[in-house]
Amino acid sequence: MTTARIDARFNALKAEGRAGFVAYVMGGDPDGDQALDILKGLPAAGADIIELGFPFSDPMAEGPPIQKAALRGLKAGFGLGATLELARAFRQGDADTPVILMGYLNPIENLGYDAFAQRAAACGVDGVIVVDCPPEEAAPLVEALDKASLSLIRLATPTSDDARLKVVAQGTSGFVYYVSVAGVTGVKEAEAAAVAPAVERVRRASGLPVAVGFGVKTPERAAEIARVADAVVVGSALVDEVAAALEANEAVAPRVLAKVKALGDAVRSAASSASVAETV
Amino acid sequence: MNAILPNTYAWPDAEGRFGPYGGRFVAETLMPLIHELDAAYAAAKADPAFQAELDGFLTHYVGRESPLYFAERLTQHFGGANIWLKREDLNHTGAHKINNCMGQILLARRMGKTRIIAETGAGQHGVASATVAARFGLPCTVYMGAVDVERQQPNVFRMRLLGAEVFPVTAGAATLKDAMNEAMRDWVTNVADTYYIIGTAAGPAPYPAMVRDFQSVIGKEIKTQSQAQMGKLPEAVVACIGGGSNAIGAFHPFIGDEGVRLVGVEAAGYGLDTPDHAASLKGGRPGVLHGNRTYLLQDDDGNIVEGHSISAGLDYPGIGPEHAWLHDIGRAEYRSATDAEALEAFQLCSKLEGIIPALEPAHALARTGEVAREVGKGGDVVLLMSGRGDKDIFQVARHLGVEL
Repeated sequence: MTTARIDARFNALKAEGRAGFVAYVMGGDPDGDQALDILKGLPAAGADIIELGFPFSDPMAEGPPIQKAALRGLKAGFGLGATLELARAFRQGDADTPVILMGYLNPIENLGYDAFAQRAAACGVDGVIVVDCPPEEAAPLVEALDKASLSLIRLATPTSDDARLKVVAQGTSGFVYYVSVAGVTGVKEAEAAAVAPAVERVRRASGLPVAVGFGVKTPERAAEIARVADAVVVGSALVDEVAAALEANEAVAPRVLAKVKALGDAVRSAASSASVAETV
Repeated sequence: MNAILPNTYAWPDAEGRFGPYGGRFVAETLMPLIHELDAAYAAAKADPAFQAELDGFLTHYVGRESPLYFAERLTQHFGGANIWLKREDLNHTGAHKINNCMGQILLARRMGKTRIIAETGAGQHGVASATVAARFGLPCTVYMGAVDVERQQPNVFRMRLLGAEVFPVTAGAATLKDAMNEAMRDWVTNVADTYYIIGTAAGPAPYPAMVRDFQSVIGKEIKTQSQAQMGKLPEAVVACIGGGSNAIGAFHPFIGDEGVRLVGVEAAGYGLDTPDHAASLKGGRPGVLHGNRTYLLQDDDGNIVEGHSISAGLDYPGIGPEHAWLHDIGRAEYRSATDAEALEAFQLCSKLEGIIPALEPAHALARTGEVAREVGKGGDVVLLMSGRGDKDIFQVARHLGVEL
């Protein structure tokens, strides 16, 4: 029951012989209606999994693009509660695409762990990434999420040695998010050559699919990472499209979804060339 | 009144928690470093050579011990217990902040770190960090909200004079909490070589206990000096609270002394019945920010709201986790003082004692009269004079309608 949609999606990707594309967008960015338009368009544009950020006043692990996206969301009146309602609206029209909620712990503590978990499950959320809740602090949250059959997606990083990976992997489900650079989102770029062995270590330690994010901006880089990981996450480059559309006075959703399509196509083509290579 | 405690107060626990508060709520990238810092600090704490080195610098560089001064005229003015001032304002750089910075930079050197970062609000911790970085020849970057950079130009110049790079933070509201966010972003990006000197007894474990330990020199001295000068312990110790490092340093050595009341004073800004204050305990509720669980000023959605205080050093939406715990268990009592009360106390201390206090301890002074009257004549109350007021004269002049 737990992680059913996530597991089904990774199984399907495996059958297709390709990596998945995970698109990160921010709840309420730039407003509720346009954020819902973007969300609804993501699967058709090529997103296999959706990461839905909820705006928080103090996003300590984010670089400027996602900081600004959070500010736009906050300005539109969005926080955790409104973002959950956005997920519910999306889920009404899509039964299969996993939705992973991503953000910081305080809004979740503010709701209460049990109330949050039940509400998130009712809104069709499949998993949660909480940036500032390391395994040492996660037990009460995991307990609440388990009761609601939600996964707490864990993070592994370039600073995780083998002993640390064991701690990170303990009791986890769904997939592991590999933060490919030491730093904040959307600043440094990931090196596929360094990422490949790290992904392998995380896979071995966790027995789960590994999604790679934090340093992927372009279709070329997404394709490179797709050859070595189970999924590729892009966030900053997508919310930057929101900012650019607003600046140019363009319609936001089409511009964001065009970027999603370019990145999704790159991930798909990378995977097929990898499987061709395997066949040869 | 203060609850009676077993004489076995031994917080934090192994997880860095003070009851439900504290902990290590940081990004996974930082966790290995947090564990490394924990081990390095535990080793340093147990090493007499480290303590001896620190003591040497505290004596000859910082200028410790600081006097415990009998404030005769304030005592007469308030008409209650004897009032004593613990003179942290006489330290090098003019405040208690240097006690902690000296301890942490010696630890950074011991850990082989080659770059220092710090956050600052009013600039006092930034100046103290830049000072010790200069003394030990390490490059130092200080994150400061762009709004505070504008408000505190003299301190910005001091830091630059000391060789530090001052980085104005424009994110969020561009004040102290945003400076702390930005420092954490730097830290997570440069984990291998960088040491982050947190300025108050908050942040992820081991910082709250480590900063408390380095600041406890204040309380230990008060204890020894009280025995020598009063022939007993004081009936109360009063200190201001932003993050609360000066207060926890003064309180901690007295926690087991049941007869000593510990009184913290938060900044009430325009008043606790307005949104514009910085009193996390009296006007906030528990949550998680900047690596620890503690009382926070927050809205209905769990977003952090900006504090307000006339004192930039108290203008922080959180409080050190040990204060949150001492508050809940009733071992310390927490009151508040408004901007107006602090301004009045600032002038009173200047006129009656010839000591211009910083606006931060002026908040504590604003509640000291009533504590002295509660204790009564013949008793003794220690007020922690955490810093000198030179940095505040422009702002005070502006509030008094004086053009400088």
